[in-house]
Amino acid sequence: MTYIAKPKLHHPSLTRNRVGFTRRDYEGKISTLCAGCGHDSISAAIVQACWELDIEPHRVAKLSGIGCSSKTPDYFLGQSHGFNTVHGRMPSVLTGAYLANRDLLYLGVSGDGDSASIGIGQFVHAMRRGVDMTYIVENNGVYGLTKGQFSATADQGSKSKKGVENTDSPVDLVSLALQLGASFVARSFSGDKAQLVPLIKAAMKHRGAAFIDVISPCVAFNNHGGSTKSYDYVREHNDAVNRLDIIEGRAAIEVVQPDDGVIDVEQHDGSVIRLRKLEADYDPRDRLEAMNFIAHHAAKGEVVTGLLFVDADARDFHAHLKTAPTPLNQLDTAALCPGAAALEKVNAGLR
Amino acid sequence: MTASTNDFVIKFANVNGSGSASANELFAKAILRMGVPVSPRNIFPSNIQGLPTWYEVRVSAAGHLGRRGGVDLMVAMNPQTFEADVREIEAGGYLFFDSTKPLPPGVRSDIEVIGMPLTMLCVKHYDDPRQRQLLKNVLYLGGLSMLLGIEADVVETLLSEQYKGKPQLAQPNIDAFRLGRAWAKDNLKHPLKFAVVRADNVGDRIFIDGNSAAGLGCVYGGATVCAWYPITPSTSVAEAFEKYCHKFRVDADGKRKFAIVQAEDEIASIGMVVGAGWNGARAFTATSGPGVSLMTEFLGLAYFAEIPATIVNVQRGGPSTGMPTRTQQADVLSCAWASHGDTQHVLLFPEDPHESFGFAADALDLADKLQTPVFLMLDLDIGMNQRLCKPFQWDAERTHQRGKVLDAEALESGVPFGRYRDVDGDGIAYRTYPGTHPVRGAYFTRGTTKDADARYSERGPDYLENVHRLKRKFETAKSLVPQPIIERAHRPTSIGVLYFGSTSPSMHEAAQRLAAEGLALDLMRIRAYPFPDSVRDFVLAHEQVFLVEQNRDAQLRTLLIHAFDLDPARVTAVLHYDGTPITARFIAGAIRDRLAAVRQEVAA
Repeated sequence: MTYIAKPKLHHPSLTRNRVGFTRRDYEGKISTLCAGCGHDSISAAIVQACWELDIEPHRVAKLSGIGCSSKTPDYFLGQSHGFNTVHGRMPSVLTGAYLANRDLLYLGVSGDGDSASIGIGQFVHAMRRGVDMTYIVENNGVYGLTKGQFSATADQGSKSKKGVENTDSPVDLVSLALQLGASFVARSFSGDKAQLVPLIKAAMKHRGAAFIDVISPCVAFNNHGGSTKSYDYVREHNDAVNRLDIIEGRAAIEVVQPDDGVIDVEQHDGSVIRLRKLEADYDPRDRLEAMNFIAHHAAKGEVVTGLLFVDADARDFHAHLKTAPTPLNQLDTAALCPGAAALEKVNAGLR
Repeated sequence: MTASTNDFVIKFANVNGSGSASANELFAKAILRMGVPVSPRNIFPSNIQGLPTWYEVRVSAAGHLGRRGGVDLMVAMNPQTFEADVREIEAGGYLFFDSTKPLPPGVRSDIEVIGMPLTMLCVKHYDDPRQRQLLKNVLYLGGLSMLLGIEADVVETLLSEQYKGKPQLAQPNIDAFRLGRAWAKDNLKHPLKFAVVRADNVGDRIFIDGNSAAGLGCVYGGATVCAWYPITPSTSVAEAFEKYCHKFRVDADGKRKFAIVQAEDEIASIGMVVGAGWNGARAFTATSGPGVSLMTEFLGLAYFAEIPATIVNVQRGGPSTGMPTRTQQADVLSCAWASHGDTQHVLLFPEDPHESFGFAADALDLADKLQTPVFLMLDLDIGMNQRLCKPFQWDAERTHQRGKVLDAEALESGVPFGRYRDVDGDGIAYRTYPGTHPVRGAYFTRGTTKDADARYSERGPDYLENVHRLKRKFETAKSLVPQPIIERAHRPTSIGVLYFGSTSPSMHEAAQRLAAEGLALDLMRIRAYPFPDSVRDFVLAHEQVFLVEQNRDAQLRTLLIHAFDLDPARVTAVLHYDGTPITARFIAGAIRDRLAAVRQEVAA
């Protein structure tokens, strides 16, 4: 097996976005994942979101760890630089890349083994720092490439394909991200593209650490009765708190009444996330309420989805570090090297 | 012990956290200011307060900066270690102690004892307990200055400089210094057999520790991203980088042309460095042996994915705490071959702070030119001790060499791009930074599994093409790294000695000593791995070759024999690894003994 490039035939009727690209321009290689894998739906949602957002593909850097989910960056955004790093360590590589060039968009793709087990430390600290990124965990509760071991997000009491019951408590990455200070936290389901695409768009518009936990069933090892990450289970227990639209800054924003079930959240670039409430009392601008709500619903076996928390005024890591506006990788010798005369002064001070 | 001027060893035995460090450092600096070379060494515990700590100063008009071994004057300020400290004094040497309490009975009769009632003087003159403790150090400084002939003006100037802008601190210190000096003048026999006399043997040399020098070198070398995790003895590299960045890299509006992250561990540190390097920023981390161990998975990825990364490794003793505050050169193999799979890494071995500065900047250039991890191998001896060395140098015309990078213009002009194609035959391929061009130059980075155009491939021939090119690249590195330095004996000799890093001053002193005994040695200082072929030529050109290292297993010797497929019998290891810096006495003794044994074998 080497690789299969998709044919580059462009049907003339394919719609071009404002920067002149069709959806096809945001695709990558043909996926080598199992037919029906939730991850492929997420790749498709990323393609759709980037096309709709008029992002130039080369302005995105996509990074991943190791695992089925981490293979997917090869299957979307073929015109973007990608980096398949080390198991569980994508967050640090993404952080370094982001420090080097603050002008690109950073998309991290990981899995539940990658982020909730081996890489949980890096997940935690990237969220704490407020790295400006969209971090998607394609969460299926199982190790796919090594054939079906439980991951740390598997629910207590859920059963493996072989019928073994998981006795460990699950790691809920959404609750963890909230506790750690992530400024955008969402959960979605790979089978609900209508919900997922706007969430990815909103995350990419957000400045700061944006985390989306996407339940993405593993058709090979975790889609049976007794699993809480199967298509059937998630469909039955999905409790969406809101639906959202992204309204770009250039569009006229219609004024809505605050009491008609809509919350508008203005982003740093002027765009607006318009949330249509499905859960009447849920306000995703309240971190503590979000944590409380999720915990209560989890206890009832429900999977809360939607935009769970957003802080549109968040500062990112570069703001904390007071980094210069010019990307660090574009500074030349003259900008960085103090020079020979300054060194003479340093020498003089050391005698 | 005969009397000597400008040539002796004084050792201060103190309690950690008692404020002795700055007084002791001032003592060393005062002698330097009088034009006499000194080399001080901190011997300190893994502790903030309470445990024993020592500061050893070698005064050497001849300019020997290695540790000599033995002590001529012990300033025994720590009751905990008093007995052992007294035992260390060379016969005929001096014991200087706080005579507020009487000397314990039975102290050696072959040394001279000098008592100064430091605690009593402090209690008499100061009310504040903390002041009593801190100024006690300055009192003995005053006393010693009288005994050894150190000029009062020099010390007082240094005290004023140290407390510049803090006159409320400067004056009490100067007063305490004068008090100690006056007491010694009135009550003690002086001068001693060992004296400091003004000379002109320091020249324009500077006095700084290697870690600070490496941090400054990273500023000059254009590093913009530093990710690190605290670990002794490397912490001060990142701290120095930060200090110099704040001095040189902050815009008028407060914006910083650098990013420093104290990461959650060493794995994240190197991950950030790799991410930044992949994205075209110069990045480095500073660590020590255990940190390198944690980084090894990433180092393999960086080697195969060909990402520039600079790692400053300040070597120390092995695992756990304790020995890690002692020096060793014991990470040579763990760095050269760090990681899984067939990997090899570039190592640079600076001999002192001057080279730590230069090699730090060189390492950043080399990492970019070779697109690979480069280690700057310091050790605790040069990293954490101030060392007299040549002033830092920077060619005003020098620019950062970013290596083979295709920019938007090149891509636009239609230059063909394949990330791992060996276009120039030197094993180094062209790379692109993310975000360069809308439709050209993007590629997917992964470890081993790819073809020359960075497409996923599990085919054997593609793998071979790649790893063979990496081998060619490592050959290319031989000509780019700092070349070894040969010092020939004054007459032709069949004996050669290889050495590297902080062993340098002791090696020179040993060679001088042996030359005086009629034993001529050709010296070669190895400054980098991969070894240039001149290292093999040097070995083959000498009948008897010694390789001096500060580790148990002769690690560099293993690398050397492996690199050139040498007969192991050709290279004899001289090994020192008890955690103290290697001495000329040790090296000369080992070489002398070995040659005598060889002569005996031949005679028999």
